Amino acid sequence: MNTNGTPNEKFTFSDKEKVEKIFSTYSDKKSATLPLLHLAQSEKGYISGAVINSVADLVDCHPAVVMDCVSFYTMFYTKPHGRHIIQVCQTLSCSLNGADALVDQVADKYGIQPGETTKDDRLTLMKVECLGSCGTAPVVQINNEYHEGLSEEKFDDLLESLP
Amino acid sequence: MSVFKPVLTEYIHQKDCHTFPFYKSVGGYTALEKVLKMNPEDVTQEVKDSNLRGRGGAGFPTGVKWGFIPKETNKQIYLINNADESEPGTFKDRLLMNKAPHQMLEGMIIAAYAIGCHTSFIYIRGEFYKEYKLLEKVVAEAYENNLLGDNILGSNYNLDVVIHRGAGAYICGEETGLIESLEGKRGWPRIKPPFPAIEGYLQSPTIVNNVETLSCLPHIVNRGAGWFKAIGPEKGPGPRLFCISGCVNNPGVFEEPMGVSLKDLIFDRAGGIPDGKQLKAVFPGGSSSAILTANEAMDVMMDFEELVEKKSMLGSAGVIVMDETVNMVQACLNIARFYAHESCGQCTPCREGTAWLVKMLTRLVNGGGKPDDIDMLFEITDNIGGLIDFSKGSFGKTICPFGEAVAWPVRSFVEKFKGEFMEYLPQEKVVA
Repeated sequence: MNTNGTPNEKFTFSDKEKVEKIFSTYSDKKSATLPLLHLAQSEKGYISGAVINSVADLVDCHPAVVMDCVSFYTMFYTKPHGRHIIQVCQTLSCSLNGADALVDQVADKYGIQPGETTKDDRLTLMKVECLGSCGTAPVVQINNEYHEGLSEEKFDDLLESLP
Repeated sequence: MSVFKPVLTEYIHQKDCHTFPFYKSVGGYTALEKVLKMNPEDVTQEVKDSNLRGRGGAGFPTGVKWGFIPKETNKQIYLINNADESEPGTFKDRLLMNKAPHQMLEGMIIAAYAIGCHTSFIYIRGEFYKEYKLLEKVVAEAYENNLLGDNILGSNYNLDVVIHRGAGAYICGEETGLIESLEGKRGWPRIKPPFPAIEGYLQSPTIVNNVETLSCLPHIVNRGAGWFKAIGPEKGPGPRLFCISGCVNNPGVFEEPMGVSLKDLIFDRAGGIPDGKQLKAVFPGGSSSAILTANEAMDVMMDFEELVEKKSMLGSAGVIVMDETVNMVQACLNIARFYAHESCGQCTPCREGTAWLVKMLTRLVNGGGKPDDIDMLFEITDNIGGLIDFSKGSFGKTICPFGEAVAWPVRSFVEKFKGEFMEYLPQEKVVA
């Protein structure tokens, strides 16, 4: 059922304490699903088939149920991506303030289209919907961090500064 | 008009305003001390008397919502703080979490006490990672200071707060979608009734309140329902955080009394439109509200009732300003694309309809318009979200209000700027 790996492949969480802490927080096992997926993604970088199998074991359900959940949320990635995920907000307030040009800027500079990763695995470009920071448009999220009120120059400096 | 002094954002420009010592120094947690000596029913009554209405978008009276919790239940009662802010044009809850997180937490403890809840959740939007890390600290500080945990401030009241991250889904701001998500599932809204107050998280009574709504509570407790009710229109009073973005000189969050004029918000607080351009259209309450033309916008008060009369809504008070250079067909496509992306896929009219809208509008923009496209756009919006005739109350083609949330704005674009859409149709038909 899952797209990344064999049915028996398992993922081992490196931080066992965090897993235990998650379970101690919820009286209901299944409610731990999203927190476990976040944790797994922070360790592995994406949600593999092995992660799905292991989370299913932990919360006591069929892997298909976890896959169903994973596929619903935009923040869970089911394949590897670049070290820096450049997420350019494209919803109205950002679009009115030059977001489209930021997408073109990355595309021109690195030769990648939205959804693509540079050959050196440094950057992945994504167009995303409203990031909830419309007052400081245009906004770009890179991994967990927001970068607000970007001009082309500021964005260029930012892109250059990424390791 | 007397000068309004901000309530929720009074201290946000001060250094360290997010810290526990700062919040304590300006009277923080005194409302909680007071509440813990009251009967929970009296707290609920005070909030009912204040006429506080939800700040998330629907505007339901908060105290009335609490009152739906069954009086006698042997189930756990849950409170969920809806911090899943994702309505386009809205960015006030993020500000409150960054600058006044203890005010929000005090509000949560007050609400939880009033409804008899001992386990409470903050469901925070997954993208808000910085805010999530900050809230972890804030909650830890509260435990250290006996504001959470057992026997809070020497009372016999116990409360735990769990911070739960979403993972990128607009629909999880809808309260039953949020509850499903919290239970570890895709965020598909539930059919109501039963309402969450009867059967919510884990089939138990659950109240879902927005960040800004909860942040109002310490002030209502400290200054009284009468004080709150006297700010702005009686049926929907209080301070309100208006978010202004789009084509304005000074975008941002502005706290004003309910009922402030939209004209003042745009041309005074937000500094008007850059380069002396003319106003064209405005979303008054997030992208789910019907747009107002410049004329309509110049003559409207930001009040629940008045915006309903204007066939729009106050919603989340996210004001998006469009100037004369904005192409209305492109803007409409932008919004339609948002909804097509965020449709949860549960109900056919919404799942299919939003995709059709994007297809049609993209075709229009790319020069492939067909003569009956405008009628078709109306037909699709009607099929997703009713006929938008408030007098007939024609709602309810989808399980949750997302259907209306896409139909209203898209239809308002086409109705109010029909000429611009006509320009994309084959020329001979325009003449006919």
